Amino acid sequence: MVFLSSVVSDSNLAEEDSARYEDNSVNMTVYGTRWASEDIPKYSLPDGEMPPKVAYRLIDDELALDGIPSLNLASFVTTFMEDEAEKLMVENLSKNFIDFEEYPQTAEISNRCVNMIARLFHAPVGRSTEEALGCSTIGSSEAVILGTLAMKRRWQLGRKAKGLSTENPNIILGANCQVAWHKATRYLEIESREVPCTKDLLYMDPKKAVDLVDENTIGVCAILGSTYTGHYEDVKTLNRLLEEKNKATGLDVNIHVDAASGGFVAPFVTPDLEWDFRLNRVVSINASGHKYGLTYPGVGWAVWRNVEFLPKDLVFNVNYLGSEQASFTLNFSKSASQVIAQYYMFVRLGRKGFTRVISNLVRTADYLAERLDKTGRFIILSEKEGRGLPLVAFRLKNECYYDEFDLASHLRQRGWIVPAYTMAHALEKMKLLRVVVREDFSHTRGSLLIRDIMAALQHLDSMDKASIDNSRSHRAKHRHSAFHKIRNNEKATSNINTSEDENYKEPKSAPGVC
Amino acid sequence: MVFLSTAISDARITESASNGEFHPDTVNTTIYGTRWASEDIPRYDMPEDEMPATVAYRLIKDDLALDGNPALNLATFVTTYMEDEAEKLMAENLSKNFIDYEEYPQSAELCNRCVNMIARLFNAPMDNPCFESLGCSTVGSSEAIILATLAMKRKWQLSRKAKGLSTENPNIVMGANCQVAWHKAVRYLEIEGREVECTADLLYMDPQKAVDLVDENTIGVCAILGSTYTGHYEDVKAINTLLEEKCEENGWDVGIHVDAASGGFVAPFVVPELEWDFRLSRVVSINVSGHKYGLTYAGVGWAIWRSPEYLPKDLIFNINYLGSDQASFTVNFSKGAAHVIAQYYVLIRLGRRGFQKIMSNLTDTADHLAERLKATGHFEILSEGGGRGLPLVAFRLSTPHHYDEFDIARRLRQRGWIVPAYTMAHELEHMKLLRVVVREDFSRSRCELLARDVVSVLKTLDLLDEKSIEAHRSAANEVHQSAVHQRHSSIYLPPNPDSDDADEVNPSFGIC
Repeated sequence: MVFLSSVVSDSNLAEEDSARYEDNSVNMTVYGTRWASEDIPKYSLPDGEMPPKVAYRLIDDELALDGIPSLNLASFVTTFMEDEAEKLMVENLSKNFIDFEEYPQTAEISNRCVNMIARLFHAPVGRSTEEALGCSTIGSSEAVILGTLAMKRRWQLGRKAKGLSTENPNIILGANCQVAWHKATRYLEIESREVPCTKDLLYMDPKKAVDLVDENTIGVCAILGSTYTGHYEDVKTLNRLLEEKNKATGLDVNIHVDAASGGFVAPFVTPDLEWDFRLNRVVSINASGHKYGLTYPGVGWAVWRNVEFLPKDLVFNVNYLGSEQASFTLNFSKSASQVIAQYYMFVRLGRKGFTRVISNLVRTADYLAERLDKTGRFIILSEKEGRGLPLVAFRLKNECYYDEFDLASHLRQRGWIVPAYTMAHALEKMKLLRVVVREDFSHTRGSLLIRDIMAALQHLDSMDKASIDNSRSHRAKHRHSAFHKIRNNEKATSNINTSEDENYKEPKSAPGVC
Repeated sequence: MVFLSTAISDARITESASNGEFHPDTVNTTIYGTRWASEDIPRYDMPEDEMPATVAYRLIKDDLALDGNPALNLATFVTTYMEDEAEKLMAENLSKNFIDYEEYPQSAELCNRCVNMIARLFNAPMDNPCFESLGCSTVGSSEAIILATLAMKRKWQLSRKAKGLSTENPNIVMGANCQVAWHKAVRYLEIEGREVECTADLLYMDPQKAVDLVDENTIGVCAILGSTYTGHYEDVKAINTLLEEKCEENGWDVGIHVDAASGGFVAPFVVPELEWDFRLSRVVSINVSGHKYGLTYAGVGWAIWRSPEYLPKDLIFNINYLGSDQASFTVNFSKGAAHVIAQYYVLIRLGRRGFQKIMSNLTDTADHLAERLKATGHFEILSEGGGRGLPLVAFRLSTPHHYDEFDIARRLRQRGWIVPAYTMAHELEHMKLLRVVVREDFSRSRCELLARDVVSVLKTLDLLDEKSIEAHRSAANEVHQSAVHQRHSSIYLPPNPDSDDADEVNPSFGIC
């Protein structure tokens, strides 16, 4: 009978309630659960489980402290992709790229990317016996190491065949090269012969580079798009000089082009520029898919002119269920999403689409450079009109008591990350600032940046030397409190090792994330 | 007046149509009505023109429909299931560049926490603030192994140089059952790989034989926690004891690296008392795959060192970025942050208890499958049960038949199951085996289905005579190869190695 209700006694109520609160994951929002009032596990695996929604929310909240990528003008790495591309990536997160047997179509898509890139870089595709080959990588660092490994092994094999020593391999590169090259030479035990930059030439001088070549040179690295100033190195001249030297001395030294940033810019903006496989001594090229390849981080490419330049004892044949798979990688299992996303970009944009996007970037960079130039306060160091990467590198025209680093830190207060850094080895006294123009850096945002740069200059002008020094030391003290935990580990490292080996040189600083 | 309508003349209709109001290609048809659907998708060269985003998405998605069904793939250890919340986190963080500490400090912080948790899970010494262990995230165990090998090699070089001794011929001792990553590491870093042969009685590394191979040029000994072939845990404790004795005797300082790619997230939960990690004095570094039993999607691994002493400083790159020095040790640089974040999600979401529950379930399932296979009377089980090894079942035909393990694998494949058949490591190539890896998403009921299908395959094969099996083999070979040919038309296969360097190219088995 529903018309006669009993009044539930308090004791019964309490019982029911306590049962309900036991399981507080059911009724509460995340912020009412006990996990929200506890510290998130940091140092040790927690003993108990937590509900998926809670774990998700706690992590998501923490990540809110990460920066806003669109104001980060330091990085070349893609921060925008279309919804459709993101959807494809998410749908393929669970795929293991290396599992050819299970995911043959994903492998096929990687092959198509290699084909497109090789053709974009004018690899000879005329004869079936000398086809170019290539592979996907995590980024240009892996590609650079693989390229160096191939050059080194080929040199070793050539020397061994002649009964000569293989003890002291060297590689020629500009002092403006990216940190990946220092890594490659140090890990693979190769002497790196650096061509120093000069005030007049902020990148590698082809003549000086070729002068350094000798019988122990495994190759010369040319950079298409110096990280410092965006300049394209003169690969054509390098090729000619090297060809002459090879002829004169009987050497067989070749060129690797590090086109990490420029590989997906030059072919669309300056298609007539000869820097790729059109030059006979260029044997391998790397390019970052996640830079101007317009794909999220985690994809790069290495392409070799033909089999001859990729010694076969470096290639691993994995026998998997009866089908032989060749692989050349420093990683093995990895996500397939990025490769699929790269293919999406290629078919979605085509040459015309890439040309449109990249031309816009060049125009925006030119506009920025022009505006900065007009202020009369800066010297523009980067190239214009697509003769270099779409970035603006600039420095203060006049000596004054504040420098580029002070300007950078002022801009940072407004949220802009514009890196200030010193030039490469032998030119460390030259300081500069760099703004990278990425796909999501629009013309409007450019104007806002200019406005804020002007405001920062005005503010700095109004400060006296003492207060600038003051804010500098304050900055040095407080900037990285957030990094305390990371850096503790580093300190431990340096404390322990400093006394050990005197020969050890502090690794050079580079303009960071590229 | 709406009650009086004109019948619009054809002329006017044509006029309005030609004004461009209708543009059937882009506006009105579905993707399959556009011109792109009737053209071949670009394969060899970048297309000249753009195509709409939805078309590009759909065409690629349709292409990928030809990929396999991961649930039936019993060959791989790599995670194929994650919770929706984890996927959401990954999706939201796809655009983050892991290496960009300055822009994404919190992502870096999550990575530090993962390293802390894993180091503690592996019982790294935590008592001395000057000798804190350190570690890093990697793309997978291959990278971790290359980094660890590099560290061992450099440490050896430095100490040899300090004593004025030659650094010309470094070697590393490992079991012949090691993963292909080790062959890669030694070949690329120019180290002699000294392999301890497996025998019919011991399908993994014999500690005594391993330590016997150690000499002054040995940069380290690699022990495998979870052999890829049979899932056995190698006896790290015995190696440690023997190595300690040998080092004391000779005044050497040879450390152990444990390749815990598969076992690192299993053993601590199923057999916590097993000593294989930093509890042993000679264990200097450990690698583990987050994307195997770390239950995260492919693209994350970890390398941990006992203390900074084992990671020579000149291998670490300090990158100066906007005034803050960042130390990094990686063969990659820019990479996605999503996988590291997902790993952190799994660690705090599950905790020890959650991992324990899952790993115990997997162990039970593996034991159950082993039982069922044994009960067929056809098979000999080669893997361990009861959690004394990885949750997998390695087995082979107990008596010679007119068919072999490869025939069984081929038949199972027709039902959709991918169960790899392979030959044992070097020196034991005549031994063939089959392996079923029990992953998180391999439930008990799916296990029953597999057992049923194995039984029916055996029945069919028993009925067939040798001749028809032979015919079937060669047919399968042809079909298989042509399929591979088409698919992998542009995968480079080096020419068959000449007889004299056949050893150089070391075909090893499969995806691990």
